[in-house]
Amino acid sequence: MTRSAQWLYGWLLLLPAMALLALFTHYPAVATLWHSFFSTPKGARPAVFVGLDNYRQLGEDPIFWQALTNNLWFALGTIPASIAIALLMAVWVNGKVAGRGFLRLAYFTPTVLPMIAVANIWLFFYTPEYGLLEQATGALGFGTHNWLGSKSTALACLMVVTVWKEAGFFMIFYLAALQSMSPHLAEAAAIEGASRWHFFRRVTFPLLMPTTLFVLVNAVINAFRLVDHVVVMTRGGPDNATSLLLFYIYEIGFRFWDSAYAAALTMVLLGVLGLAALAQFWFLDRKIHYQ
Amino acid sequence: MTHVYETRGSLRVLETAAAWTLGLLWLLPLAYAIWTAFHAGEYSTRFVPTAPLTLANFVTAWHAAPFARYFVNTVLLVTMILAVQLVLVTLAAYAFARFEFPGRGVLFALVLIQLMVMPDVLIVENYRTMGTLGLKDTILAIGLPYMASAFGIFLLRQTFKTVPRELDEAARMEGCSPLQVLWKVYVPLARPVYLAYALVSVSYHWNNFLWPLIITNSVGSRPLTVGLQVFSATDQGIDWSIITAATLLTTAPLLIAFLLFQRQFVQSFMRAGIR
Repeated sequence: MTRSAQWLYGWLLLLPAMALLALFTHYPAVATLWHSFFSTPKGARPAVFVGLDNYRQLGEDPIFWQALTNNLWFALGTIPASIAIALLMAVWVNGKVAGRGFLRLAYFTPTVLPMIAVANIWLFFYTPEYGLLEQATGALGFGTHNWLGSKSTALACLMVVTVWKEAGFFMIFYLAALQSMSPHLAEAAAIEGASRWHFFRRVTFPLLMPTTLFVLVNAVINAFRLVDHVVVMTRGGPDNATSLLLFYIYEIGFRFWDSAYAAALTMVLLGVLGLAALAQFWFLDRKIHYQ
Repeated sequence: MTHVYETRGSLRVLETAAAWTLGLLWLLPLAYAIWTAFHAGEYSTRFVPTAPLTLANFVTAWHAAPFARYFVNTVLLVTMILAVQLVLVTLAAYAFARFEFPGRGVLFALVLIQLMVMPDVLIVENYRTMGTLGLKDTILAIGLPYMASAFGIFLLRQTFKTVPRELDEAARMEGCSPLQVLWKVYVPLARPVYLAYALVSVSYHWNNFLWPLIITNSVGSRPLTVGLQVFSATDQGIDWSIITAATLLTTAPLLIAFLLFQRQFVQSFMRAGIR
């Protein structure tokens, strides 16, 4: 094939995918930035350039700061817990534990269910007076507590649901990595007299680093991308205690129809995701030793 | 598989017990939902083993909302997305894996951006675009932003790169055009990856919620997830037996498919995750 034919083929093969990507990923990302400098058109009044006004409003909006703080706590509460549980699950079902097939199934099942269905089930679980949780705490002699209705526990309740839903998903990747590990490593370490914990900490865990990074990136993205459970379980309440960034964007954009302010909020979210991407490259460069 | 670090004796019993406790705890919410859905309302919080089983909740739920239509919409949606994805992703991955052309690196970087900046977070602008295109409240509008999938392009490009050049060249010697080579050499060799990608894609879009909630507005275009939310958020309020029945109903196809093909599911997710 001639060089120009190569060029032509390459471009033509890419054309349909690139066109859709440009229309629904690149264009909206740039348009978000552009629209964040304008006011929201209302009725006959067109959008006018307002410079950084939307960002100024953002700085003074206590609900935005609360949503951002909530989201950071949410990420901090769900990511390490789900990764640790996933690793533990993977080590268990990779070994010769009794009923291994059943356990794999049990751990993984929440992953295939839609978050919206899962949230419905957990909503019932947390229901005051009727819910299973209330019955269990009641049987143990504790008083009743409105788990989702009180500011101190609502966000934690959502975190539990998220960890429950995601740990099995991450387990799969650890399991794949564990299965591709050479058994000679363990044999050699055992001959050297290394303890099981020592072997895990000095050999297994470092070798799992690329998997941990992959899982970590996914977990960070999900912590900022998935708000289905907020919509179903709390609608951001009580008193914005469970409002996450994307949920707040959804409320501003589609309940108050303030698309300009929603654009400014989206820029913050894109900034957070961009930081996560940069951190990933930085880590890839220095911290990870591939086999 | 290694056995040198298998635990023995009482430690082993303890570990098995811990693994099982976690497993049962993980199944508990689902088991609770199944119990509630198959029993009359008065048993939904009383766990009497002899409580009579009933399908009445499912019947009530099925007639209380147009779930049949929602099912059709979701099946149409996931089929349409997957079909377009497979074609676009294959062509793009082939270009990146086997063709030399100016701008390849930049274009690939532009594709990878979508791994971080997903359509899920660009809801405000994509809603505006759908308005301009006159596509609001259609099934096509739910699917369009997801049809060019960076994840799929990346996954297939990796696979295509492992295909030996000799096979490619041999097919060309016999007079195959580049597209024929793609169809006869690359696609058959990547079949397991296609299966993995298809399972991931179908379960993702069967479960997707926020964007469909925003862009749809009527029974004719709502997928199951949105239909379920509309159903349980309105006046069903207290009747948990019916809500859980509806919840199980909407997830049943995926759950049953998962139980039947769990080995393939798990392997697919594994394969899709290894980069």
